Amino acid sequence: MPQIRLDNLVKRYGAVQVLHGIELDMAENEFTVLVGPSGCGKSTTLRMIAGLETVSDGEIYIDGRPVKDLDPKDRGLAMVFQDYALYPHMDVASNISFALRLQKRPRAEIDAKVREVAELVGLSDFLARKPGALSGGQRQRVAMARALAKDSEIFLFDEPLSNLDAKLRGQMRAELAIMRQRVQKNMIYVTHDQIEAMTLADRIVVMNGGYIQQQGTPEELFKRPANKFVAGFLGSPPMNFLGATLVREDDMLMAQGAAFKVAIPADTAARLPTSQTSVILGVRPSDLNYNSEAPDAEAFDLRVKVSEYVGAQSVLLCECGSTDITVELKSETPIALGETLRFALRPEGIHLFDPKTEMAL
Amino acid sequence: MTSQRLNKLTPYMFMAPAAIIMAVALLYPLGYMIYGSFRDWNPSQTIGESEFVGFKNYITLFYDPAFRESLSVTLTFAFAVVTAELVIGVGLALLLDRNIRGMSVLRTLFILPMMIAPVVVGLMWRYMYHPTVGTFNRWLKSWGFEGVDWLGQHALLSVIIADIWQWTPFIFILSLAALQSLPRSALEAARIDGATAWQQIWYIKLPLMMPVLIVTALLRLIDAFKVLEVILVMTEGGPGLSTEIVALRISRTATEFRELGTAAAMSNYLLILLLVLTLAMFAITRLQEARAARLARQIQEEG
Repeated sequence: MPQIRLDNLVKRYGAVQVLHGIELDMAENEFTVLVGPSGCGKSTTLRMIAGLETVSDGEIYIDGRPVKDLDPKDRGLAMVFQDYALYPHMDVASNISFALRLQKRPRAEIDAKVREVAELVGLSDFLARKPGALSGGQRQRVAMARALAKDSEIFLFDEPLSNLDAKLRGQMRAELAIMRQRVQKNMIYVTHDQIEAMTLADRIVVMNGGYIQQQGTPEELFKRPANKFVAGFLGSPPMNFLGATLVREDDMLMAQGAAFKVAIPADTAARLPTSQTSVILGVRPSDLNYNSEAPDAEAFDLRVKVSEYVGAQSVLLCECGSTDITVELKSETPIALGETLRFALRPEGIHLFDPKTEMAL
Repeated sequence: MTSQRLNKLTPYMFMAPAAIIMAVALLYPLGYMIYGSFRDWNPSQTIGESEFVGFKNYITLFYDPAFRESLSVTLTFAFAVVTAELVIGVGLALLLDRNIRGMSVLRTLFILPMMIAPVVVGLMWRYMYHPTVGTFNRWLKSWGFEGVDWLGQHALLSVIIADIWQWTPFIFILSLAALQSLPRSALEAARIDGATAWQQIWYIKLPLMMPVLIVTALLRLIDAFKVLEVILVMTEGGPGLSTEIVALRISRTATEFRELGTAAAMSNYLLILLLVLTLAMFAITRLQEARAARLARQIQEEG
């Protein structure tokens, strides 16, 4: 069964290199999400796997077979595009059955398949409609159905939800997750939305600037980001970063900044090279809890600048010395703007990065 | 009250200059022609002196074998050139819809014929078709073939070829524009779905280009019915009546036969034909718009 391997994949447009030797292994039936900001090379990577972009260097293996020089149609894959890419002049049934009709499958088989996948994505009542007469969500479903009808072993998704409004996107994300449970296939999914990445992926591949920054399960990436970029990219609200120097006090290693001094847990401290004198301290908002009784060495004193009410939780933008820190707080907590509050830091929530290389320490 | 009425009149006041020019430049000659077509009218008479003959000109023309011949030549010419130009123009567009070095130069070269004045085109082709010194026959003879009597025995075919040469670029550039505005991702989806290059053309590109192609073809058809200069210069309608298209017959009827009334009636027949075509074109675009509007409404109602 298909296992996809990207071997030192390079893409150049003229003198500009946009992908720098991508190495990636995708196991059978794995849901892999390529995630990163615009221009990071994730879509290019996907389009190279699909065969829509040529490979400048390196090789793509599907099931051990090199496919770099094969036409898209010979790679045995199905793709869902960002703008759905439906055939506007064909009705929904013809859109879904196009690939099967090209393969000259028997009429009865095609009809049965169309009904089956239409049922699966909830389009049974719309088979006679043209794409122009469908809403965005329905078009998205047609695109899914068309991919499903092909019975390919590999599914590629190129930002399939980003043209939908927020509410529909959430709903479609859930439907995708359900479909994922029913359809055991290799899926490669490109998105810039870290929530989609976290909720759908078996494995996340974070890309930036044409390089893979880190890959692993969502939990691995969230708990142990390899560098500052990954740490800041995953998680919402994003991680706070504070410059700090390391000082030793009574056998305890402390990270000291302009307006804080927190203890570094012993096991983390043991990992640090002795030559390290300054660090970037990374703390997720979810690892800071409002607690006025917290001891000094495990707490930040933050002055509230802005409070964003988002329902049960409020997101507070606070000042810590000259840097801003985002924290979350139950909305019913009585606080005033300008007030200084004490937030306890969960020791396991401390992430340290090298200020020069930005790699995790 | 008066200011309110003035307000209502304002738009018409602004439209008045254009309306007057339209009336003088378009409606007056048209009316003059329609009026003249009901009269037995000789160029030496003023229109007032001519005799009213009712539908006689139209009826005579309807049974006139020369006019019928001329009409059939026009129809043959128009449909032949438009069909050939469509096939070649769309074919070229499909071939050249890609990024190759020097493509922009090539595209410019392709549309050059369209920019040449029709009289010049006629002269050029007449010389090329010349039985002894013309380019084509010299080539044929140098390769050991018999010369062809281009403008004699194959006159209609020859003028058709010349028109194809001049007007294929028109269809070519419009088809190319249509091709380049096709949704790229739909074509990519077709590639992934397993469509070969031919299947992409047949199932995706051509159907999506169809609205543009229909309008382009109708425009060309309307134009082809009115063609005059090229044929006038190349064959003057001959030999016999073999290339005498209606426009040419109208001009000869008016100047050589001095039958202005009949010429006017002939023009009206042509006008009616063109009007039908134009209305067909409008109807098609209307239909497309109505369908788009209906779809939009349907989506809105469903929320």
